[in-house]
Amino acid sequence: MFSNFDFDVVRRALPYLFYEGMTFTVTLTALAALGGLIFGTAIALMRLSGFKVLGHIAGVYVDFMRSLPLVLVIFWFYFLVPYIGQWVTGASRPISVGAFASSLITFIMFEAAYFSEIMRAGIQSISRGQPAAANALGLTYAQTMRYVVLPQAFRNMLPVLITQTIVLFQDTSLVYVLSITDFLGAASKVAQRDGRLVEMYLFAAVVYFTISCVASFGVRRLQARIAIIR
Amino acid sequence: MNYHWNWGIFFQPNPMGTGTYLDMLLAGLVLTLKTGALAWIIALITGSIVGVMRTLPSKGAYWFGFAYVEFFRNMPLLVQLFLWFFVLPEVLPRSAGLWLKQLPNAPFWTAAIGVGFFMSARVAVQLQAGIGSLPRGQKMAATALGLTTLQGYRYILLPMAFRIILPPLTSEFLNTIKNTAVAITIGLLELTGQARSMQEFSFQVFEAFTAATILYLLVNAVVVTAMRFLERYVAIPGYITGK
Repeated sequence: MFSNFDFDVVRRALPYLFYEGMTFTVTLTALAALGGLIFGTAIALMRLSGFKVLGHIAGVYVDFMRSLPLVLVIFWFYFLVPYIGQWVTGASRPISVGAFASSLITFIMFEAAYFSEIMRAGIQSISRGQPAAANALGLTYAQTMRYVVLPQAFRNMLPVLITQTIVLFQDTSLVYVLSITDFLGAASKVAQRDGRLVEMYLFAAVVYFTISCVASFGVRRLQARIAIIR
Repeated sequence: MNYHWNWGIFFQPNPMGTGTYLDMLLAGLVLTLKTGALAWIIALITGSIVGVMRTLPSKGAYWFGFAYVEFFRNMPLLVQLFLWFFVLPEVLPRSAGLWLKQLPNAPFWTAAIGVGFFMSARVAVQLQAGIGSLPRGQKMAATALGLTTLQGYRYILLPMAFRIILPPLTSEFLNTIKNTAVAITIGLLELTGQARSMQEFSFQVFEAFTAATILYLLVNAVVVTAMRFLERYVAIPGYITGK
């Protein structure tokens, strides 16, 4: 069944696949994970703040994002961001923001909902005595979070956060629906140009599989190490 | 915002000649639900088999389950759909490949199978965790009563495990429905796909996506409510959530 395979197509496309495609995918994953973590932590703090209104807003946001398919959210932001840009800058027409910025904003907003649930679990896993002790030492709310609660919550949740980032890495392939040249987009463009769908898609599958597999084995080792500390 | 709103668009006839734009979106919703339901049946059946295999004493079964889960979990769903849709018919023997390509409704079957197997790995992990959370004594008691392994799973372990993992299974079910949207890439005109084509025909972007969003939220609300009733109905007496 592999007799009429042309693996040379893959070899010739390698520079394009990795310099163009994988760079886009990895940059998008890293920035979206970072942004999602910061934004998600803010949402988690809002939910746990004790102010009913803030908590409610954050809860609705999380539930809303989590009930929609990512593909629909990608389309939403792709069309919405130019109008938001126009509204913010006061320009006379919708501004074009480019494929990368649009998908970055999408993934930060979408992943924030998922990261916030992880951080909320992390914050809740810390015993009540710790913030109480911080309070007794005279630390402000911001200092308590910054020096006592968040570092521990982050470390306890690190394996879950990385697992979510692996999911995010796989989900970035969905920017395909906007015809963006991420790793899968690059593979698919070569596949359609050369009429070699089988080789290119199999190769893309192997690359995604290898990276995700190595990363999740790393998570498993990390989990074993962290388990001892606790 | 100089966007031209036109909410009446939903009641104007669509260019496909199949009624109004609203009908188009509702047809998409029906297809989303059908694909999601079939995918969920596949996910539940194969996921349960693999999940049970991961808890069996046999090393071979455990490793098969492990490899299965890693295989389906470590590839993006989109790539898996492409493998099912573009690659599988080419690597099969010629006649079988031809038959696959000529299948009517190919995107529908591909989406259901692709999403189904993708989600089955997740179901397997949940079920394994559910069985693992039962006290060891249950399995031992089943053996002591003279039940075979099959009977032990059928009458003791699985009825408990499924009831314990009902809440996470609910969110996996919702994920299955949401994931069918990925099939837009292989030409399945489910809800997101219909909203997208409505946007292309009518240029009313935000109306189309707002309607799709509302329909997704409705589906979510219905499923969550129904599952909450089911959870109460099958709650295990003596557990925190039980009667």
